[in-house]
Amino acid sequence: MDPRLPLTLLLLAATLLISGCPTTPTVDDEPPSARELDALQQRPLPPSPPPTTQPLQLSPFEDPSSPLYRRIVYFDYDTSEISPQYVDLLRAHAAYLFNDPGARVTLEGHTDERGTRDYNLALGDRRSVAVKRYLVAEGVPSERISTLSYGEERPADPGHGENAWAKNRRVELVY
Amino acid sequence: MKQLLKFALLALLLSLGTAQARLTIEITGGIEGAQPIAVAPFGDIDGARVSLDLADIISADLARSGRFLPMPRREMLVLPTQEADIDFREWQLLGMNNLVIGAVAPGPGGGYAVRFSLFDVFSGKKLASKSLPSTQKGLRHTAHRIADAIYEQLTGTPGVFATRIAYVTSRGRGPKERVTLRVADADGFNPQTIVDSPDPLMAPAWSPDGRRLAYVSFEGRQSSIYVQELTTGRRQRVASYEGINGSPAFSPDGRRLAMTLSKDGNPDIYVLDLGSGQLNRLTDHYAIDTEPAWSPDGSHLLFTSDRGGRPQVYRVPANGGPASRVTFEGDYNAGASYSPDGRSIVMVSRIGGQFRVVTTDARGGGRRLISPGNLDESPSFAPNGSMVIYATQNNGRGVLAVTPLGGGGAIQRLSQDTGEVREPAWSPLLN
Repeated sequence: MDPRLPLTLLLLAATLLISGCPTTPTVDDEPPSARELDALQQRPLPPSPPPTTQPLQLSPFEDPSSPLYRRIVYFDYDTSEISPQYVDLLRAHAAYLFNDPGARVTLEGHTDERGTRDYNLALGDRRSVAVKRYLVAEGVPSERISTLSYGEERPADPGHGENAWAKNRRVELVY
Repeated sequence: MKQLLKFALLALLLSLGTAQARLTIEITGGIEGAQPIAVAPFGDIDGARVSLDLADIISADLARSGRFLPMPRREMLVLPTQEADIDFREWQLLGMNNLVIGAVAPGPGGGYAVRFSLFDVFSGKKLASKSLPSTQKGLRHTAHRIADAIYEQLTGTPGVFATRIAYVTSRGRGPKERVTLRVADADGFNPQTIVDSPDPLMAPAWSPDGRRLAYVSFEGRQSSIYVQELTTGRRQRVASYEGINGSPAFSPDGRRLAMTLSKDGNPDIYVLDLGSGQLNRLTDHYAIDTEPAWSPDGSHLLFTSDRGGRPQVYRVPANGGPASRVTFEGDYNAGASYSPDGRSIVMVSRIGGQFRVVTTDARGGGRRLISPGNLDESPSFAPNGSMVIYATQNNGRGVLAVTPLGGGGAIQRLSQDTGEVREPAWSPLLN
């Protein structure tokens, strides 16, 4: 026997030992994470194509990203003029109503508390009529829009002061 | 002056003993030029047991008119119940102009006979003396009628202490909101709910005979006008057209109801004949025309219109014709109504951004500020023209206020423990 053979065998065994253990390549020597353990325990994905999935259909009224989610037009004091910032909103509602022949809307007009109650009932009516005119001008058939005024009787904010009053001068689009 | 201060400090808080949310009255202002009067406690005769302090009710009524300064009972050294017991010099020394004494005796059928006499203290002359029959339950009302008789004898004007006020209350918000229409005695006692609703109620208006109330209700989501008979609670819906149905107002003969309707395109004044159902249109203008109020002689109506750009008061003949403008001062005049003699108008005006109650003469001139502001509304005259009632805010809550005209600055505030009070309507003089 060659006298060097035991040493070579020893070296070979050592090399095999060092390089032979199957390990996942990690930089450090930490124990496996819970996710890794879990992945090891889960069944692999099935080979057949997965079923189709779809996102949940929200009505545009419940979907914050839809322009129809916003349904209140606010007004300045003593006026029923529609501010330019509400044009896009009203156009979106007009388009919705125009495209859905079964859709109807009620426009509820409101005022802040200043002034007499009966005059405010008329002012709320004037505001809802102003919004109706706008929608009709955008093509919505008049019969699908009704108007209603609560004057100052149903404030959104019962406080006294401009913060509250600004929230009360409004027309709500109620579907 | 001392008595003036004393009385001003005496915030009379009359708490009321009914189960409903009470209307509390506070006298919050001073009284100038008020006449000193003593109302001695009424005696019980022949075992008539009366649990009500009639003299106290009469004193409080006279005080609330702003024209009288009743003597506090604890300062009375003698308490006469019969004419023979009166020593007028004592009352002269106490500075009294007038003295009232009275007594209650049992009447027929378990009721009472309430007697009173009114004297001029300086001359000792008896100015009035009467015996009024009363039931047990009617005692409070009888005391008010006695106060009316005293008031009329001394001022020449009928009293309004035996009248009623209708008003709207609300409490809660959103789905929990509860709105009621109530009727109480003019001193806030005995509030009774005649309509109770989760939806808004507005604009109560008395018929001239005091037996019906017209009002606006939002039940069913739209505004409608109802006329309700007070003794039975039965009601009839008289207007529920498309759009606004608001501002009902009975004509002086009680046969017609003026109202605001927007069914023909924009709010205008109409008159409904309650018997025939015929509807006449009085204004035809693309502006807002609302808040009709009849003249006492029924010949024309005041109303609010913004046909000139901003709300102003106009008038129109009751049978139709051109409207003419009444108010020219300021940029907001609305909610106008006549005094019973037709010589004055009370309304809401915006002055310096504040909403205040104002009176003018029948032509809209001679403007006088009546209320301090700043969110005052719904003013109307008492049926004897001597006071104005209106709605205002106190500490952020809706309350009612009554102020005598020409008699001093006394202001009474009527409020509830909880919730808001608004839209007062004073009944006509009731029999």
